[in-house]
Amino acid sequence: MATVAPYQLGNPLSKVHAEAADGQRQHAAWSPYDDNGGTVVAVAGEDYCIVAASTRMSTGFSILTRDASMLLQLTDKVVIASAGMQADRKALHKLLQHRNVMYQHNHGRPMSVSATAQLLSNTLYLKRFFPFYTFNLCAGLDEQGRGAVYNYDAIGSYERSGYFCQGSGKELIQPVLDNQLKAASPLLLPPRSTITALPLDQALDLVKDAFVSAGERDIYTGDKVEILIITKDGTRRDELQLKLD
Amino acid sequence: MLPRPTSHSKALGPGVAGPELAVATSAVLDRPPQPGAHLPLSGAAPCAVDPAALGDPRQHTKYPYVTGTSVLAIKYKDGVLVGCDTLGAYGSTKRYKNTQRIVRVNSKCVVAAGGEISDFQYISNLLDELTTDDYRTDDGIELTPAEVYAYLCRVMYNRRNKFDPLWNSLVVAGVGPGSNGEGGSAFVGMVGMIGTHYTDSHVTTGFANQLARPLFRERQRDDMSEEEALQLMYDALKVCYYRDKCSINKFQIAKVTGEGGVSISEPFALDMRWDYKMFAQPTKWAVGAW
Repeated sequence: MATVAPYQLGNPLSKVHAEAADGQRQHAAWSPYDDNGGTVVAVAGEDYCIVAASTRMSTGFSILTRDASMLLQLTDKVVIASAGMQADRKALHKLLQHRNVMYQHNHGRPMSVSATAQLLSNTLYLKRFFPFYTFNLCAGLDEQGRGAVYNYDAIGSYERSGYFCQGSGKELIQPVLDNQLKAASPLLLPPRSTITALPLDQALDLVKDAFVSAGERDIYTGDKVEILIITKDGTRRDELQLKLD
Repeated sequence: MLPRPTSHSKALGPGVAGPELAVATSAVLDRPPQPGAHLPLSGAAPCAVDPAALGDPRQHTKYPYVTGTSVLAIKYKDGVLVGCDTLGAYGSTKRYKNTQRIVRVNSKCVVAAGGEISDFQYISNLLDELTTDDYRTDDGIELTPAEVYAYLCRVMYNRRNKFDPLWNSLVVAGVGPGSNGEGGSAFVGMVGMIGTHYTDSHVTTGFANQLARPLFRERQRDDMSEEEALQLMYDALKVCYYRDKCSINKFQIAKVTGEGGVSISEPFALDMRWDYKMFAQPTKWAVGAW
């Protein structure tokens, strides 16, 4: 009786192995996962929120396209940014958009960022045993008009923070943000709010600089950065050209 | 009952059994066999997809058998061009030299595939059913390439979710209103076997990603003339034939334009030269060679 080796959660590129009836392992077949690269960053301020994502889509060592979006703008005040596998990202974004439309019909008003954050967590956990290979950020303005950033792992564990980044360049960018935004240590109790006091233009410059730096060393970050700036007046779009190499 | 093993480690604390103490006790070993342990308690059907575990003698696709190689597609001024060779390879054997890997979906759209040919034949059947249904609505409106592309994205992704992929890299190309939100505009997109998909001015699958895509990035423009586009396509197909071992010098190019509809060419060959000095003696001019 053939049995399938257990799928390994911590190893998203694990292969599905098949065992023949006599117990011998055959070679690995294929993996349902692929990392299409890209980096996403979100920074929350007193009255704004900046979400940025690179637009390069890769597989292995090839570039598939230089112009793919990793952002989903659900409402005027809420944006979801997802790094990781493109097919899962599109499926997740589709699901969230459907739920968003249903919410607006049922409640007569758009979803708040905290409601969206909870929805995203639940949606991810529903696929706990065959996860979406997406590393998400949910960002926007909360009910008080302050910036909000929620960061997730692949199965929906989430936390509100003042800034975060995900994706292939996250190890390059996160320490820079920690240093420049001068946040209190995340280990302190009670936890301190890390929403930055920087004005919008300075925070935007910081995010752009961070992407330029990440683009130098991370092969999967480059081409262009798509930036959404959410304020009480709505969402503004900005673009930053990066190196094509 | 044997006493449960407890920890004597300060790190773990008193009375706590750490993972290294998770030895099977009599409670585990003498447990009666539980044949339904992997099934949901609610009595619902299990979500298992492995056919062997479900007692089904059929198997999911693990590897492809008869395969097609690269597909290339570019936009140009009047529409799109799709090119590929006509080989169905059986491993390294060039077995079927007359396969058509491009199919016409409707007067505005073609789909081409690399990968497992039998899966592509199944996809052609699905597309047939789709267009027949579309025709039966009898409203004079055909599916646009963007709609065919969205349909194929879902098909491929859903098969991947069942761990039973259609082993293809599909290229969808055509013209139509609403492709980019404008009328008469060209559309070129790719869908992979795990559902990865994207649209661009030029797409390639398989080896052409490495060989032809750089040529397209350098020379393709959305407003290029048909002559320029054909020349670019010929050059790209030549490179693919020179450098891909599982390809043959027999190509088909499909052209989809707003006025002319779909035309898939008869198979043709390109002029190849094998007497280049660099082919005959590749290392002669290399630094350090003798």
